[in-house]
Amino acid sequence: MCLGIPGEVIELLADQPDLARVDVSGVRRVINIGLLEDEIVGPGDWVLIHVGFALSKIDEAEAAAALQFLESIGQAYEDELAALADSRIE
Amino acid sequence: MRFVDEFRDADKAHALAAKIAGLCEPGRQYKLMEVCGGHTHTIYKHGLEDYLPEQVTLVHGPGCPVCVIPMGRVDDAMALASEPGVIMTSFGDMMRVPGSNGSFFDAKARGTDIRMVYSPLDSLKIARQNPDKRVIFMAIGFETTAPSTAMTVLRAAAEGLPNFSVFCNHVTIIPAIKAILDSPDLRLDGFIGPGHVSTVIGCRPYDFIARDYGKPVVVAGFEPLDILQSIYMLMVQLSEGRSDVENQYSRVVPWDGNVVALRAIGQTMELRPYFEWRGLGFISHSALKLRADYAQYDAELLFSVPGVRVADPKACQCGEVLKGVLKPWECKVFGTACTPETPIGTCMVSPEGACAAYYNYGRLTRTRVKEASTS
Repeated sequence: MCLGIPGEVIELLADQPDLARVDVSGVRRVINIGLLEDEIVGPGDWVLIHVGFALSKIDEAEAAAALQFLESIGQAYEDELAALADSRIE
Repeated sequence: MRFVDEFRDADKAHALAAKIAGLCEPGRQYKLMEVCGGHTHTIYKHGLEDYLPEQVTLVHGPGCPVCVIPMGRVDDAMALASEPGVIMTSFGDMMRVPGSNGSFFDAKARGTDIRMVYSPLDSLKIARQNPDKRVIFMAIGFETTAPSTAMTVLRAAAEGLPNFSVFCNHVTIIPAIKAILDSPDLRLDGFIGPGHVSTVIGCRPYDFIARDYGKPVVVAGFEPLDILQSIYMLMVQLSEGRSDVENQYSRVVPWDGNVVALRAIGQTMELRPYFEWRGLGFISHSALKLRADYAQYDAELLFSVPGVRVADPKACQCGEVLKGVLKPWECKVFGTACTPETPIGTCMVSPEGACAAYYNYGRLTRTRVKEASTS
């Protein structure tokens, strides 16, 4: 739950500007980007996601490092990904 | 040394370890607390304690949100879940936390409608889809998850959703750190500051630790090298007799935090006069509840909650582990009566709990760490 997981923004949802579709390790889900309203977020940007909300914008190198770390911790990340895969917020 | 095999930057780790060792004054012991459960997880997973000189001990702090929820609140949540027409929703981490009459999983098996969600927004959707039910979100976590709950409440208010509410158990990290600093049980030399909490609150709230208590703080990232680098930065401060707040994780953590997130929390929530923490007892102004403006989304006001204080099981020493007074394996029931499969205490439930992390990864380092802690 406290894990921040990196996701790449695929698209912003046209009808709901605070939502974006992201790709997290191949899992594509919709998350809320309302906490980044002070920043410009668009396709190709990387964000750190906590419980369905993007909490910060990160660069691609940080995303890759974070992902490698998360994959190394195993079960806890798999559980988080499985929970994300079941998430349907839109 | 598993670390060498597993981590590509082993050379850098060795170099940092040597620099840390070089900063140790002869005969001095250094106790550094990593506040965040995510850090605890990394430390055990990668055997980082094996890299440190015997003089440097890491003490695991209270930064595991599931671990600090007292039994009485679990019982309260269970009472809410049992109300007619209620769907209780919860993060997966919370599902196995034992209350007086078992966990959410146990209650679910008995037929109570409890559903696991990834995000509070999932709860909101369940509420929209079930207008004849009352959907409660079991909100837990530090400042990392509080903004998500706040944003969800704002969304529910904007939609005028009548059947969604929050059982708010959000806690704030600063009062817990202060309680530990004021506790006579433990003398610490410095703090490895939490990474993701600081993404929200920034680095300024730690100023009092450096200024009033004279202890250095370094906000750290989650990778093994981040943590070793942060320990090195703490040791540099200690060797120079300084106590400052520094940010090792500046590539993610802004010095001022996330202003939008703080504003959402401030708009929807206020500090409770006091809140009970498992192991730490009642701490004033250490938790959040919904503001009166959002009373219609506050499950504690909509339903009757027993609010009874329940003592932890006698055998459980989670409190001492959370305060850093006991190492996980020093608990009487660690690994015997209490395991991740059949946890007695919360520290064995969450992957961020010190006991679960140690149980899963720590056995190989146990002998060495035990020697260090008693020397």
